[in-house]
Amino acid sequence: MDFLNAIILLLNYIFVPALAYGSQLALGAIFVTLIYGILRFANFATGDMMSFGTMVAILFTWYFQSLGISLGVLPTALIAIPFAIIFMIIYMLFIDKFVFKYYRVQKSPPVQLAMVSIGVMFVTQAVVRIIIGPSDQRFFDGQKFIIKAREFKEMTGLNEGLAIKSTQVLTIFVTIVLVSLLFWFLNKTKTGKSMKAYSDNEDLALLSGIDPKKIVMITWIIAGILATIGGVLYGLDKSFKPFTYFNNMLPIFAAAIVGGIGNPFGAFLGGYVIAFSEIFLTYAYKKFFMYVLPESMEPESLVQLLSTDYKFAVSFSILVIVLLYRPSGIFKGKVL
Amino acid sequence: MAYFEGIEMTGGYGNGPDIISSCTVNVNKGEIVSILGPNGAGKSTAMKAMLGLLNLKSGSVMIDGKDISKLSPQDRVKEGISFVPQSKNVFAGMTVEENLEMGAFLIEEDLKNIIEEIYNLFPILKEKRNQLVGELSGGQRQQVALGRALMIKPSVLMLDEPTAGVSPIVMDELFAHIVKVKKTNVAILMVEQNAKQALSISDRGYVLVTGENRYSGTGKELLNDPRVRSSFLGG
Repeated sequence: MDFLNAIILLLNYIFVPALAYGSQLALGAIFVTLIYGILRFANFATGDMMSFGTMVAILFTWYFQSLGISLGVLPTALIAIPFAIIFMIIYMLFIDKFVFKYYRVQKSPPVQLAMVSIGVMFVTQAVVRIIIGPSDQRFFDGQKFIIKAREFKEMTGLNEGLAIKSTQVLTIFVTIVLVSLLFWFLNKTKTGKSMKAYSDNEDLALLSGIDPKKIVMITWIIAGILATIGGVLYGLDKSFKPFTYFNNMLPIFAAAIVGGIGNPFGAFLGGYVIAFSEIFLTYAYKKFFMYVLPESMEPESLVQLLSTDYKFAVSFSILVIVLLYRPSGIFKGKVL
Repeated sequence: MAYFEGIEMTGGYGNGPDIISSCTVNVNKGEIVSILGPNGAGKSTAMKAMLGLLNLKSGSVMIDGKDISKLSPQDRVKEGISFVPQSKNVFAGMTVEENLEMGAFLIEEDLKNIIEEIYNLFPILKEKRNQLVGELSGGQRQQVALGRALMIKPSVLMLDEPTAGVSPIVMDELFAHIVKVKKTNVAILMVEQNAKQALSISDRGYVLVTGENRYSGTGKELLNDPRVRSSFLGG
């Protein structure tokens, strides 16, 4: 019984939250990797573009709520997502046309484009703060839990409860659907394959008659979808604060690099690698050991390897280790 | 008048000096024409000028009597001109079949028959159809590169040093493939370093020196010309 309790404890505090957090990181990491693979620069505005998309979704959610529109048990934000995606894509294409395009046409080195993206990051950050403000916004409504801890305990008679939030299930479900669609698009459709070809060998793609303008546009459209959905899911699950989104860029970049930058499937798995490492290393295992060890060996400290304040250090260390020992990523390198 | 010709082409890269001057090259359907010459003679440049990768100061490029001097490389591809660059001429991270599909990006109709034709021409590719091209040998990669270029059913195929960096055995094999392609009534224009072998399969050849036509003639004539032999073929 104690052993079962220990497993439920880990499921509740590590496995389920890490799966949800990993999915949110995965969407951001695929966004980073796509932009890197096709437009060939590290987009430092990733976090703030995600926060822009989420902001639009929040505004639409509030508007729908004021009209009394709701989805019942599901969060209203789900209806707002398509509208937010449209705004996000328009914003990205606007930035591309007036900022990135110039450097692309000039064939500027990737470092210069990365610097330009830092400028875009500051502007986007400012826009978001002017419109919605720097503070925390909650926009979740609907039913919060699918399984409540207390109900679970009553059902199973265990000491430990397993709480599953609806946003966690929603995150995992939406991520699986979205990522499957994306991989189907990239690997099976002609347009998707032409994106792979463009990423693989730009000159030969041009000689084969692939239109670079169309490729760039589709890339931003996919990026807009990923950024908005990833951002909204994160915001629903935790809360929306522009600064948190900016901070999330570190784990997102770590995920993209762990997976081998330019490789979407690697970025997808990378998201989970980072999320699980972060939560594994910052969880306090005291209660777990109380269940599995005899009473005499009960630990006195919290048995926490790292304080949660240091969770970014985990992504950062993984990033450094990967860059030192496996710069091409831990998965076998393959383009897009 | 030849099917595909570059007439009196003069030009260079950007605002730099002229690399080719009054250079004339032409090729007919079902013919292999080689462009030879010492390093820096402007062989590849002449070919790139015909593809539209550099701006001509004067001269023109014609296909089937139509002036295409002002068209972009992409639009020339639509006119049926296919090009195999010297390096990076395959999508290394994609499978053989995907490479072929990308070659036919501009073609809307069903590709199955065209791909089947390519497999008949290069049987080894059928065997390796689902393998990543980056994992193939040099000779096989060149076959993929040729196959990709043939997917649009071109009337003109331009090859920039198709045998660079492959072993002599593979080179013979590749030349045999090029002759097979020629028999499908395609005009083939190639730049080659291996002058002797290239001339032995060529119908005609041009020898360029400092961007100008120096000698031209049939493959046999050039092979037997003592001046060409002494300067380019090693006696």
